[in-house]
Amino acid sequence: MTPTEQTVAARFSDVSRRSLLTGALAGGFLFAFHLPVRAVNEPVEPPDSTDGKFAPNAFIRIEASGQTTLVMPQVEMGQGVYTAIAMILAEELDADIAQVSLEHAPPNDKLYGNPMFGLQVTGNSNSIRAWWNTLRAAGAGARAMLVQAAAKQWQVEPSGCSASKSEVLHKESGRKLSYGELASAASSETPPKDVPLKKPEDFVYIGQPLKRFDTPDKVNGKAVYGIDAMLPDMKFATVAACPVLGGKVRKVDDGAAGRIAGVRKVVVLDDMVAVVGDHMWAAKKGLDALKIEWDEGANAAVTSETIWQELRAASEKDGAVAKSVGDIAKGLATGDKVEAAYELPLLAHATMEPINATVHFKGDSCEVWTGTQILTRVQSEAANAAGLPVDKVIANNHLLGGGFGRKLEPDMVVAAVRVAKEVDGPVKVVWTREEDIRHDVYRPAYRDSIAASLSDGKIVAWKYKVAGSSVMARWFPAGFQNGIDIDAVDSAVDAPYDIPNFHVEYVRAEPKGIVTGFWRGVGPNNNVFAIESFMDELARKAGKDPVEFRRGMLGKNPRALAALDLAAEKSGWGEPLPARVGRGVCLQPSFASFIATVVEAEVDELGEVHLRRVTSAVDTGIAVNPDTIKAQLEGGLIFGLTAALYGEITIDKGRVQQSNFNDYRMLRIDQAPKIDIHVIKSGEPPGGIGETGATAGPPALRNAIYSATGVALRRLPIDRKLIAGKKA
Amino acid sequence: MATTLTINGEQKSFDAPPDMPLLWVLRDILGLTGTKFGCGIAQCGACTVHVDGKPVRSCVLPIGSLENRAITTIEGIGATASGAKVQKAWLDLEVVQCGYCQSGQIMSATALLTATPNPDDSDIDAAMAGNICRCGTYVRIRAAIKQAASGPKS
Repeated sequence: MTPTEQTVAARFSDVSRRSLLTGALAGGFLFAFHLPVRAVNEPVEPPDSTDGKFAPNAFIRIEASGQTTLVMPQVEMGQGVYTAIAMILAEELDADIAQVSLEHAPPNDKLYGNPMFGLQVTGNSNSIRAWWNTLRAAGAGARAMLVQAAAKQWQVEPSGCSASKSEVLHKESGRKLSYGELASAASSETPPKDVPLKKPEDFVYIGQPLKRFDTPDKVNGKAVYGIDAMLPDMKFATVAACPVLGGKVRKVDDGAAGRIAGVRKVVVLDDMVAVVGDHMWAAKKGLDALKIEWDEGANAAVTSETIWQELRAASEKDGAVAKSVGDIAKGLATGDKVEAAYELPLLAHATMEPINATVHFKGDSCEVWTGTQILTRVQSEAANAAGLPVDKVIANNHLLGGGFGRKLEPDMVVAAVRVAKEVDGPVKVVWTREEDIRHDVYRPAYRDSIAASLSDGKIVAWKYKVAGSSVMARWFPAGFQNGIDIDAVDSAVDAPYDIPNFHVEYVRAEPKGIVTGFWRGVGPNNNVFAIESFMDELARKAGKDPVEFRRGMLGKNPRALAALDLAAEKSGWGEPLPARVGRGVCLQPSFASFIATVVEAEVDELGEVHLRRVTSAVDTGIAVNPDTIKAQLEGGLIFGLTAALYGEITIDKGRVQQSNFNDYRMLRIDQAPKIDIHVIKSGEPPGGIGETGATAGPPALRNAIYSATGVALRRLPIDRKLIAGKKA
Repeated sequence: MATTLTINGEQKSFDAPPDMPLLWVLRDILGLTGTKFGCGIAQCGACTVHVDGKPVRSCVLPIGSLENRAITTIEGIGATASGAKVQKAWLDLEVVQCGYCQSGQIMSATALLTATPNPDDSDIDAAMAGNICRCGTYVRIRAAIKQAASGPKS
């Protein structure tokens, strides 16, 4: 049976932190053992284990029974990372992957901090990039200790032994010992230094499209998300927060709510009201029956117009220089000058699982159940809200029903703790979809201005300015220094094209009445859109085909060029199309991956856009699980195309005007295009993938519309009025 | 008010008001959390269950009308021939990402295949357009429905 055919029977254990804690205390390693936050290439720490359990590091535990548990430092929100991490660990451990089980990591930045953040964070498409060497070293070190233990028992040289499928084999004598049989002895081995890692040609699992570990329980209703937490004697609550950011509760009339069957309590906090009941229905009905007067505060006059006026004004200012090469003033004075500005709207995340948290506040301790991308911050913020030391808060993570950056925020947990402090026993707080959309942390609005000059069909100068909110300044201050948000200019400072005079600036502009946050695609969202839209406008000015135009400036970027060539070939670039149908291309070296995408779309007489076909070629380095790479691009493209076609949060009187899927629309299956993903084989280290489709879809679609109609759209979402009745 | 419903072939009795949507009875009273809350207004399909084999949005379906009707949820759908085929195709083609909408997708797809054993693309569009997937698994959902209809390719 090849790994491809293998049905991975590994049981996914939906372990609560309590059971993990019990197991860990029994094994003793998780807390006795301190793995400092590592540089990417640093080796894992030496072993520590007891009671016959082999626990050489924070990620691997092998019991005498052979039971092998892998602890997942990154969270599973659909991106397939649990499977990929298990594959990486099992590869170097030479474990039988069909026999492993997985556990969510408990909150612990020292043990499980993402090496690229120093915090236990899942985001920025860096799980595999960040952990690649560390986890391989963890697996290889553990395997070496098992081999040493076997060699000692057989009184042979370790070099005469090999490992495969959770067994050590002595080649000469044919003797074998299972990892379970060796667990106890391996615990007293010293891990060898600098264990060599496997060569890619020796990989057994990495590179194979293995079946995911998390999916079997997701097709039969058994998977447990944060919203599915069920505790004895639990109450259910739902909340209404002041519709204007920063506003307060002035008065609540709860007379009618109190008469609704199943309503147990109305909790009035300074900025929100919760109704607690026997079930969500009672809580919802109770909330609807409340009469709440709000003191709307300083943001009650904010509108989308005021936000855009301020952003446009800010974008006219000089920014902090993020990168400057050559002589930009001289370059811009040469050749034909072209200018444009591109605008991207505020966006909500709308994860399918509405935000929620379950909390049991017990006075001197507190326990939280939720699904989060940032478990240690959830724990510390919960402690803060509960008025307790961090070590008195137990934070249990779960599978996430979508993350997309929304669950990089602890706000829902903080609110649930505040409610739980007023409730006896555990309470599950679930936001309605309306409250979820109206109290999101929104993808910033951006205005990106570009000036370039063309000479002999090539770009000689490129002055690019990003204006928008800095999410980093609030969320990760180390990422905002000297006036530059490293995320906001990501993919702008490293545009793939050969341009001799190249200059990038950033202007921070914070919208009033809105909290901004990370959204799938993060900074490259705005930059890939502006750059790739502008590239098509420049190509037209230069009288060149958009693919040819790009191709001429990729001399230093062979991986991007190869992706572009493959996408052009597979998409039938250049072949004739019917009237009103266009193809558009997008090329991006983002998240250490190189992706070229071609969207083919039709614009009808009324300006409605029909997606016909999307083709992407991706070089993401070593593809740990190629099927997951494809799935992430397919889904990311739909995510980005949804935003391009429909996504916009608007504000009036300080309030978010959208509320649910009726007015914050999603792409549906009847609008979904055919999608073909081509994964380029590569021996380079793995790149990121989760965000990339989201950034690729919008500019490629915009350029397809440009080709079909001749209209150069410079704003998202796509305005049908501008393209109705237009033909190229 | 005491109510008895037949869910996945079992009689379940509980106290709940007749206007309470089935979704919250399943999730909050009976602990059948496989059926998901997504929007509360029948716009996303995450809460889809079957009543007498027909797909319905349980978030807007009051229980008062459901006595003596056969309710099937994601926890019970694998016991039906169509449901088992759909679940297998979903895993064979690795449709699922975050999975939160997939209970509803599978319930809608199973109802489609029961009513229309060999659906074409327009049948799939009509039956599945009420189910939103934020992870964007639509391409694979379409392929998996076709595979479940025809059996696995050799």
